[in-house]
Amino acid sequence: MDNNFSSADLEFREEVRAFFKSAYTPELQAKVESGVDHKSVAIEWQNKLNAQGWVAVDWPVEVGGTGWTPLQKFIFETERCEAGAPDVVPFGIKMVAPVIFTFGNDEQKKRFLPRILKSEDWWCQGYSEPGAGSDLAALQTKAVKDGDDYLVTGAKIWTTYAQSADWIFCLVRTGTFEKRQQGISFLLIDMKTEGIQVNPIHSIDNHHSLNEVVFDNVRVPQENLIGVENQGWTYAKALLAHERTGIAGVADCRRWLREITELAQNQSNYKGMLIEDPQFQTRLSNVEIELLALEYLELRVLAKLSSGETPGAESSLLKIKGTEIQQSLQELRMQTIGAYSGSLHLDDFESDLHRRGSNSRRAYMYGRAATIYGGSNEVQRNVIAKAVLGL
Amino acid sequence: MNFEYSEEQNLLKESIARWAQDNYSFDQRRVGADSENGFSSDHYNTFAELGWLSVPFSEANGGYGGSVVDIAAVMEEFGKALVVEPVFPTLILFGGLLERSTDDAVKAELIPQVIDGSLMGSVAMYEPQARFDASNIATTATESGGTYALSGHKSVVLGGAHAQKIIVVARTSGAQTDEDGLSLFLVDADASGVAVNPYPLMDGQHVADMHFDGASAQLISDLGNASVAINEVLTIAHVALAAEAVGLMEVLNRTTVEYTKTRKQFGVTISSFQALQHRMVDTFMSFEQAKSLLIGTLVELTDETTSAKRASKMVNALRTLVAKNGKHIGDEAIQLHGGMGITDEMSVGHYHKRMMMINLMFGNGDFFQNQFNQVAYAS
Repeated sequence: MDNNFSSADLEFREEVRAFFKSAYTPELQAKVESGVDHKSVAIEWQNKLNAQGWVAVDWPVEVGGTGWTPLQKFIFETERCEAGAPDVVPFGIKMVAPVIFTFGNDEQKKRFLPRILKSEDWWCQGYSEPGAGSDLAALQTKAVKDGDDYLVTGAKIWTTYAQSADWIFCLVRTGTFEKRQQGISFLLIDMKTEGIQVNPIHSIDNHHSLNEVVFDNVRVPQENLIGVENQGWTYAKALLAHERTGIAGVADCRRWLREITELAQNQSNYKGMLIEDPQFQTRLSNVEIELLALEYLELRVLAKLSSGETPGAESSLLKIKGTEIQQSLQELRMQTIGAYSGSLHLDDFESDLHRRGSNSRRAYMYGRAATIYGGSNEVQRNVIAKAVLGL
Repeated sequence: MNFEYSEEQNLLKESIARWAQDNYSFDQRRVGADSENGFSSDHYNTFAELGWLSVPFSEANGGYGGSVVDIAAVMEEFGKALVVEPVFPTLILFGGLLERSTDDAVKAELIPQVIDGSLMGSVAMYEPQARFDASNIATTATESGGTYALSGHKSVVLGGAHAQKIIVVARTSGAQTDEDGLSLFLVDADASGVAVNPYPLMDGQHVADMHFDGASAQLISDLGNASVAINEVLTIAHVALAAEAVGLMEVLNRTTVEYTKTRKQFGVTISSFQALQHRMVDTFMSFEQAKSLLIGTLVELTDETTSAKRASKMVNALRTLVAKNGKHIGDEAIQLHGGMGITDEMSVGHYHKRMMMINLMFGNGDFFQNQFNQVAYAS
């Protein structure tokens, strides 16, 4: 047993650390933290990453990715969080691109991948439907062949950033079979096509990032079909393998924990500092100890990945524990800051504490989604029950 | 980066697992546990013959030269098998302090006897007024003409019912709760002035309270300077107990999952109920968390760049988590067994009692979390 990185990995870490230090400038940081004009700020940051060749961490080298090992990706992710820099917007780079470069044809690769690398196309994800949430295979949106096209009718929901997306990747029903998972196809749809309507969903974080996307006889060329018709479920499932590293958000949690600890050292608490309050200490260490365990759980999974093993249900475990810890920290951050954490302001803050309070409120409220999306934590428990316990 | 036991450590684990499978079924174990001594001397001798009792001792002292990782590997397997033989008090506590003794003649005489199984020892450290505070020592050793006389009361001395020799932690200077001023003394259990009052604990081990009344004892540490050795041994003891607990957790979970697959209610096996499945997933996660933190602690303790503060954080975090998750797993194992879970004939109750006992040894969850808080957040 040992915890040591090779000298090559240590060099790599230095290189990544130096990059974040110079590329993630205080000006950019201020823009990110203001939360204003999310899209243009994200594009600015992603273009910096792309200039370095590091925007597509999970892609193979042939299509413009880094080709990094699991350990290199882990190091990159850790350093990104340490620097406080944002992740890339996942829908294009992390979600649709792996499906395109794995299952798409050459034409599709040439057409879509370079534009994703340059952040020229903005993507959103059309999986969930009003009647198909955690039970994704219940989806009903239909794609019926009509000449060289499909005609798509139905509705998708919880579609993040649909309001600013150029494209949507959808799971649609193209056939009826005994197994519901069959008959589903993976279709790329231009958001400018006639018949698409985007209805905003305002969420409890007092923000608009979610939408319902309604399709009414939307004409989609058959050349936008990925792979083989009726095989879309297989592609969507394979995509999950690309989300494994960093799924638990360990590095982000560590940064939040440090922020909370520092805040508590400076927040007064009835004739003392908050950090000196035994009850607060216990709340903090409840999370810190779980996080220590999660760090090593993630490293164990990473070591398996590095030695070529495919960890199965461990990713479900990481998702459950990771999101639970994230939510605990989000709550603790609000509690630590105090009443400013109720603030709805997005700018014109009274102080840095006011800004942090407002951010912590938003993070907590939107953070409730973490145990719901990506397969709710209850569905993840079903996965573990079946795969690991044989129940 | 590697978080697995080495090939050699796995061989050691497999040899214990194979022995347990062939010789230590739940019923076979009970024969020793229910006997007057509370364990089987035959099994204990077998451990010596197979070399397991040499693991923690340095090669210079005739041992295997095992690291804390080797010790954890052994203890994890002992946990899985619910070994009741008093290896921990003799090997980890008595043996640990013996190895750190400054008296080379005593070491040369006694360590081989521990390794060959002929000597059982115990450490008399904690006192009734001290609860979990290892520095709160009222027992005194007074010198007169080159010999020391011990006076005081030691409580719940592990292995105390059958120890032939005892290492007593006594105060030779300082106030009652000072970390400095503690010394180690060796005394025979049957020496005059030593009264041993044995009794069993719920996990089957036979311990004792000990009363020293002018017992003549031999100083085996630097005078007034034993706290470094004590803390080193306690650190290893904490990790050893945590490793044993992780072994207990694994078996509790496995036994429970298997049971729910056979037990039928409402015409179906109860493992088909989602309410129970999710509870078993939660106990599985509790186990994986504890195992991960055990591995993390082992990795950091064996890394020479780890600071003392970080090591203390890891060990206290480990014992806090083991206390919480061990109780979670034990309680759920009993609950999911239903009425059968509270019967003496099922193994889960026995595993749970050992877990409860581990969580009272040298501290409980609150104690360790408080220690963690002091290390992590004190300015």
